Amino acid sequence: MTRTDRLPLAHLWVAIIAFGIAAAMAFMQALSRASLDLPWRSAKMYYLSVTAHGVLMALVFTTFFIMAFGYVVVTRALLRAPAVPGLAWAGFWTALIGTVAAVVTILAGQATVLYTFYPPLQAHPAFYIGLTLVVVGSWCWAVVMLLSYRAWRKEHPDAPAPLAMHGMLATVIVWLIATVGVAAEMLLQLIPWSLGWTKTVDPVLARMLFWYFGHPLVYFWLLPAYVIWYTVLPRVAGGKLFSDPLARLVFVLFILLSTPVGFHHQFMDPGVSAGWKLLHTFLTFGILFPSFVTAFTVTASMEVAGRMQGATGLLDWLGKLPWRDPLFSSVALSMILFAFGGIGGAINASYGMNAVVHNTAWIQGHFHLTVGSAAALTFMGTSYWLLPRLSGRELELALLARVQPYLWFLGMLLFSFSNHITGLMGMPRRIYDASYGGAAAAHAWRGLTEVSAAGGLLLFASAGFFILVMVGTALAGKRREPDPILWAEPLEPVSARRTLLDRYGLWTIVAVILVLIAYAYPLWAHLRMARFGSPGFRPF
Amino acid sequence: MNVAFYEKIWMWAAGVLILAFLVTIAVGVAGSALQPPSHVETIDPTKVWNDPRFSKRGVTVDEHGATVIVVAMMFAFQPAELRVPAGRPVTFRLTSADVTHGFQIVATNGNTIIIPGYISQFTTVFREPGEYLIVCNEYCGLGHHLMSAKLIVEAEGARP
Repeated sequence: MTRTDRLPLAHLWVAIIAFGIAAAMAFMQALSRASLDLPWRSAKMYYLSVTAHGVLMALVFTTFFIMAFGYVVVTRALLRAPAVPGLAWAGFWTALIGTVAAVVTILAGQATVLYTFYPPLQAHPAFYIGLTLVVVGSWCWAVVMLLSYRAWRKEHPDAPAPLAMHGMLATVIVWLIATVGVAAEMLLQLIPWSLGWTKTVDPVLARMLFWYFGHPLVYFWLLPAYVIWYTVLPRVAGGKLFSDPLARLVFVLFILLSTPVGFHHQFMDPGVSAGWKLLHTFLTFGILFPSFVTAFTVTASMEVAGRMQGATGLLDWLGKLPWRDPLFSSVALSMILFAFGGIGGAINASYGMNAVVHNTAWIQGHFHLTVGSAAALTFMGTSYWLLPRLSGRELELALLARVQPYLWFLGMLLFSFSNHITGLMGMPRRIYDASYGGAAAAHAWRGLTEVSAAGGLLLFASAGFFILVMVGTALAGKRREPDPILWAEPLEPVSARRTLLDRYGLWTIVAVILVLIAYAYPLWAHLRMARFGSPGFRPF
Repeated sequence: MNVAFYEKIWMWAAGVLILAFLVTIAVGVAGSALQPPSHVETIDPTKVWNDPRFSKRGVTVDEHGATVIVVAMMFAFQPAELRVPAGRPVTFRLTSADVTHGFQIVATNGNTIIIPGYISQFTTVFREPGEYLIVCNEYCGLGHHLMSAKLIVEAEGARP
């Protein structure tokens, strides 16, 4: 382990620990869904565990993993140490202290407000302050990424950025634009209100700011996964990247379209007029396009790999791929799950049709295919590849690592499909008990809720395997000279000069203009309207 | 940019598919006014019970259809049983006396969020008489899963 690798390793371990705690929380929910009468089972425990699971998985595990991966891209693709290491470490400790504050508050039962923390549900101020520190820590990371790129650019005035860095720069830009919304919600609304400095808060304004952040958050998770699909997977599969310029185009489209789409999470909200919801619907469908391109390019790259191993037939290249390699199988399986997740996402975004699925179990079925598979399964697979290369230890318990992605895939199929169906049947999401006093409509969900619980148990076992392999590798992995971290090469050589697609400042300006078109008027009109604030409630 | 032939076909197909989705939505909006509930009207959430718009709760039926006035609160809908006529437009007007709630009529597309300080409103027609379960679908506290109500859709002529 070199000194510079301590930085990504520290972030990676926070991500792994957060993932482990979050998985334990999910296990409790799975048992609850099966309606087993266990002695410690209670509504308080259930909603607390939903909150802890959401915060630790969606905000902590993802953010720390992405920060770790960002530093790996700087050291191994730009081939330089991260700029201003002091700032990078300050960001790490800030985000870690914030995480501990938020998680302790949740586990103490003082912040059972779920990871969306919609006011006027009111948590202890330490929860809001802690999450704000996580964001501040991530901003330090974002600045270090940008400064590292600038230093590299000075030495390479004409070359295009390595593709992995191109994708991570897109991630950083999306994140910086998006977090303005949640920072405003925290600093102007929730923190002063929870401290008692202000008496009331406008819940619709809070939801607008939250979802301004909440949808690009999805792409903050997804873009690093795409970076891995484009720049790591083809090499691990033994092939080449099918198209470098199209991959660059995809990341630029995400810079442009990630943010001006948040109202599609608020279709069923009062206080937001229909016309603006419709505009956000159109932009949302635009963002399907780069994912369609990704599906082609990454699948074609796998075919290239299969053919380079000697496949000649229509489909026999599939059999030539390294299905026993945990990075490869994780990514390939996460892509299959994400195909369903993407189709479901298009359904959710379909304006009036959203009424059929909004806040039903369908939604948890959906986002476990996206963040819970496309992102989380890819990140787990990447950890198997990354940890030995950073720590200089061989992967321990390799058999568990080989089985784990398949177990996740199977568990997710059971969990996700059963929740999609019960959601269509009208079962709401996030409920401790689904019996509704024995109502006939609720009775029809039984059976499927048990399938969902069984899926949850498989997912928990899979998560346990992952943690065992990680901890085993760190403690008992055989020390040896680590394999180098190498990136996939494109089929056709990259152009020697940077193109329009590498003009990050320009694309950021266009993205901000799109955000202003989508949000400036509705926000202004909302603030001008005569509104009544809400006092806080703590029904937990 | 040099794009492979098959990928070109794929990209065009993806573009056409996305366009088809959008046309479908646009036709729904223009043709049958298929809109999500997006009413904009505010109310003082601390004075809901005395507000003239919500002081008389329940169902009012006239020649045009029915109006349903409901207040959501932790952890109940008030009133908890509603009777509406089948086959005629029913307009729901809802608000919250405390935190954010959901209002979902199970097995229909009746679904809206209820946010304190705002009035949710949507109009729908129930074709099938019968008893429907209404549930809160937005987490509102430890009794969230207990928050439900009953909607009874009565066949035409079932009552005077």
